[in-house]
Amino acid sequence: MNDLSPERDNRIANLKGLGCSRKRVEDVRFTQGKGNYVDDIKMAGMLHGDFVRSPYAHARVVSINTDAAMALDGVIAVLTAKDLEPLGLHWMPTLAGDKQMVLADGKVLFQGQEVAYVVARDRYVAADAVELVEVEYEELPVLVDPFMALESDTVLREDLAGQTSGAHGERRHPNHIFLWEEGDKAATEAVLAEAEVVAEEMIYYHRTHPCPLETCGCVASMDKVNGKLTLYGTFQAPHVVRTVASLLSGIEEHNIRVVSPDIGGGFGNKVGVYPGYVCSIVASIVTGKPVKWVEDRMENLMATAFARDYWMKGRISATKEGKITGLHCHVTADHGAFDACADPTKFPAGFFHICTGSYDIPVAYVGVDGVYTNKAPGGVAYRCSFRVTEAAYFIERMIERLAQELNMDSAELRRINFIRKDQFPYHSALGWEYDSGDYHTAWDKALAAVGYDTLRAEQAERVEAFRRGETRKLMGIGLSFFTEIVGAGPVKNCDILGMGMFDSCEIRIHPTGSAIARLGTISQGQGHATTFAQILASEIGIPADSITIEEGDTDTAPYGLGTYGSRSTPVAGAATALAGRKIRAKAQMIAAYLLEVHDNDVEFDVDRFVIKGAPERFKTMKEIAYAAYNQAIPGLEPGLEAVSYYDPPNMTYPFGAYICMMDVDVDTGETEVRQVYALDDCGTRINPMVIEGQVHGGLTEAFAIVMGQEIAYDEMGNCKTGTLMDFFLPTAVETPHYTTDFTETPSPHHPIGAKGVGESPNVGGVPMFSNAVHDAFRAFGLKQSHMPHDHWRIWRIAEGLGLHG
Amino acid sequence: MIPAAFDYHRPDSLQDALGLLQTHGEDARVMAGGHSLIPMMKLRMAEVPHLIDLQAITGLRGITIDGATLRLGAMVTQHEIIEHAGLSCAAPILREAALQIADPQVRYMGTIGGNVANGDPGNDMPGLMQCLGAEFTLVGPDGTRSVAARAFYEAAYMTARTDDEILTAISFPATTGGYAYEKQKRKIGDYATAAAAVLLTRKGGTCASASIAMTNLSDVPVWSEAAAQALVGTACDDTAIKAAMAAMDADIDPGEDNRGPVAFKRHVAGVILSRAISRAWSRT
Repeated sequence: MNDLSPERDNRIANLKGLGCSRKRVEDVRFTQGKGNYVDDIKMAGMLHGDFVRSPYAHARVVSINTDAAMALDGVIAVLTAKDLEPLGLHWMPTLAGDKQMVLADGKVLFQGQEVAYVVARDRYVAADAVELVEVEYEELPVLVDPFMALESDTVLREDLAGQTSGAHGERRHPNHIFLWEEGDKAATEAVLAEAEVVAEEMIYYHRTHPCPLETCGCVASMDKVNGKLTLYGTFQAPHVVRTVASLLSGIEEHNIRVVSPDIGGGFGNKVGVYPGYVCSIVASIVTGKPVKWVEDRMENLMATAFARDYWMKGRISATKEGKITGLHCHVTADHGAFDACADPTKFPAGFFHICTGSYDIPVAYVGVDGVYTNKAPGGVAYRCSFRVTEAAYFIERMIERLAQELNMDSAELRRINFIRKDQFPYHSALGWEYDSGDYHTAWDKALAAVGYDTLRAEQAERVEAFRRGETRKLMGIGLSFFTEIVGAGPVKNCDILGMGMFDSCEIRIHPTGSAIARLGTISQGQGHATTFAQILASEIGIPADSITIEEGDTDTAPYGLGTYGSRSTPVAGAATALAGRKIRAKAQMIAAYLLEVHDNDVEFDVDRFVIKGAPERFKTMKEIAYAAYNQAIPGLEPGLEAVSYYDPPNMTYPFGAYICMMDVDVDTGETEVRQVYALDDCGTRINPMVIEGQVHGGLTEAFAIVMGQEIAYDEMGNCKTGTLMDFFLPTAVETPHYTTDFTETPSPHHPIGAKGVGESPNVGGVPMFSNAVHDAFRAFGLKQSHMPHDHWRIWRIAEGLGLHG
Repeated sequence: MIPAAFDYHRPDSLQDALGLLQTHGEDARVMAGGHSLIPMMKLRMAEVPHLIDLQAITGLRGITIDGATLRLGAMVTQHEIIEHAGLSCAAPILREAALQIADPQVRYMGTIGGNVANGDPGNDMPGLMQCLGAEFTLVGPDGTRSVAARAFYEAAYMTARTDDEILTAISFPATTGGYAYEKQKRKIGDYATAAAAVLLTRKGGTCASASIAMTNLSDVPVWSEAAAQALVGTACDDTAIKAAMAAMDADIDPGEDNRGPVAFKRHVAGVILSRAISRAWSRT
């Protein structure tokens, strides 16, 4: 169509489709306090659960006495492992092929572990009863260091005694979980041995936590009359929870309904299955009443899934001119007491082997040793695809270290090693096929936007002023270029508990031309109700405002693997587009019938089908929808519906160029981020405003992680950061100002070219902020200082470099 | 985060509040803004079977300026301190410090009386009151007495107030000269890594009098007479400031926590004090 008339522009604008910064439809209820979260759910006769948790990191449970708790008025039941054992539910499988105690079975393995579950008439009685449960412990030696755990005679997982292999191969020590390897080890060693320049570094990405504002919880309701179990909960993957619940409980899957209502942030924390869910289900089955369990902030931080805790030993080699020749990485991965990582089944280290980053590295090897320690289980993808932020941090620190060894500018080192545009699709040394990219264009745009050369000159002047004693503040320039790998994933190699990682969309067009679409994903703040309607609007010509998006109810939504790892747009978004195209194909036949021409004589135009060459003769989608329900059309079924299940052919590979500038006070360790520039390329942009919001949020979480956020333990395994006083969650005061930018390199294999963006800013932001801190001290010889870069640790850097005189 | 059961009392007179304290003894505690006590109760680190809320006692409110003497009722909130024009004029350091306490929501509820009476070494007002030379008015079954802020703090959460007494008011002289409240913290809402309250007067080119107190660098606030003396008679130049820092360093006793190790805290305390002295001197 060549009709570019204002009338046609108006029709396009009216759709609010792809590219429109449509306001988020969810925000009307959220900003008015009208959201409906798990803790808002109240049911008649509902009981309340609460946990007795272990004060010790490693101890034998000698006895549990529940008499005093049971004697308290209002207490209905106190469950222990003994009560769950006859049901086979005292342990449960993890997503990583391990098993996890639901309630302490003879011993506890981390502080905060669930020991007993109290069920009471109200939340207050439940909390009082928890205090009355008497547990006798016998303390055992505590292992909080994964390196020491691999040397220790103390066996944490006695249940695995004698098992020399696990879900991911050989276990070489009782506290060893797996060794996972990728790449060519011998060839990499050979290259490193003969290299002109090698940078070697241990890089620790500390343990942190997704800390969604809403903690985890559920309401389980077993209806003993009709045999149906309804489970409301904070689930990022409700269908997977339904399947797991069915397999664990023996209740047929059609008799289980799982509902994720509004979710107040997930960030990976709400992917896994927690003991609270299992105990609530059992309690509801036992009592015949609905049972609610909602954890508090301390429980969330201390017991539900952490993220990272990767010790990454790297070696990177290059020619004297700076051309990278090889990369070797060995990771010691602290998984805590149980291997409860949420990764696709075949990838115990997630997609960590994206760690060659954005660079053309001819040969590489990565090995990951998983280790048990006396810490909370988890290892989830906190606002990133599986272990991708670890990988990005690793390679971007190694690039900086290599630049130091080469005495070279690290922006230039990146430039000469980027995968070139003409190399895509690019096969990495560790086995990935990068679908598309244009790194040089993005990098040059970013460097120009911040005035990179001017910044370096300012920094050099600052160093001189510092040496002359005129200032106590240094200036760091943080560079980061990242390649994400998202959209898990192709069913041939990605599954969770055997369920292929496809996703789905089902669309119904109503007779009056509005629509409802249901998806297998679930928004936790991403704005799916806004953006998926935009995809559909452009595909089927119905205004986004006339399309309801519904997710999270397994009785109505098609099966899907849920929302995490930036997979919603790459996978469910693709299913949405393809289901829309099925709608459009049928609409074309209806339009042709109504216009009394052949199917091939009409074509789609914005919101209607027109006769080719005679656009004044048309049928709008509204008219077509009505006809689908009120006319008998020869050869066509009535109605206008479609469903699509999408198995992606490949991952998508969003990328970006991030640069920040930071002032660092060498005396107090205080920092001030003066400028952040974030260029993202997420392929086709569905809603620029939603993208900007996602980037702001992800950058803020990256800032938090780098500058102070950690889950720290003392040597006795006591969690030292169990409240928001000590676990750094930045407020608006601490949060820097952001400038966002973009390039647009569509994914060649995605129906609309979109790649996903929600997690890019965390993946790229962490190396950016950390590199800025390191860069501030580069002139004084700093090589590596582990995150978080809070005040005292920055002070310690300066102290170590002799900058305090 | 669910407290144990408690009875809630809301007396409307000081006498009734004292009577409740008498009746319930160790089982009772008074509550001002509640922003320290309620979290402790929710964590079950404090068990208070009888909670006596002072909100309804109007006699505990109000700011009065009587010539050179300022008097603050115990239930004056941090927000009221920040907003009170006369107070900001008569003792501007109070507003400067209050603005660095917690966040606006907390300051609407948090009171000066609760802040000084709780004995939490992390609180900002105790050190500031020592710097100001404030007197605390305590009322108990045996009547009213006055205790100097500099003699009030015995150990963390341990003060000169007896269990049957209520801290009703705080009084201190209006300030003259330069002032500064300098605080380093990890984020908004956090307690100080180190904080310094400094008051200075100038006569000609030299410092005529000084008062210095440090916060969260010991289990009690630290009024450092030696640090102040190091400044008197000097021009508050680098040498004098270094001498004050050294004297202060000898008086503090910080512990290691998530804010950092002892050596870091000592270093930061010195930097913060140095900045506070410089700013106070620039205001003389």
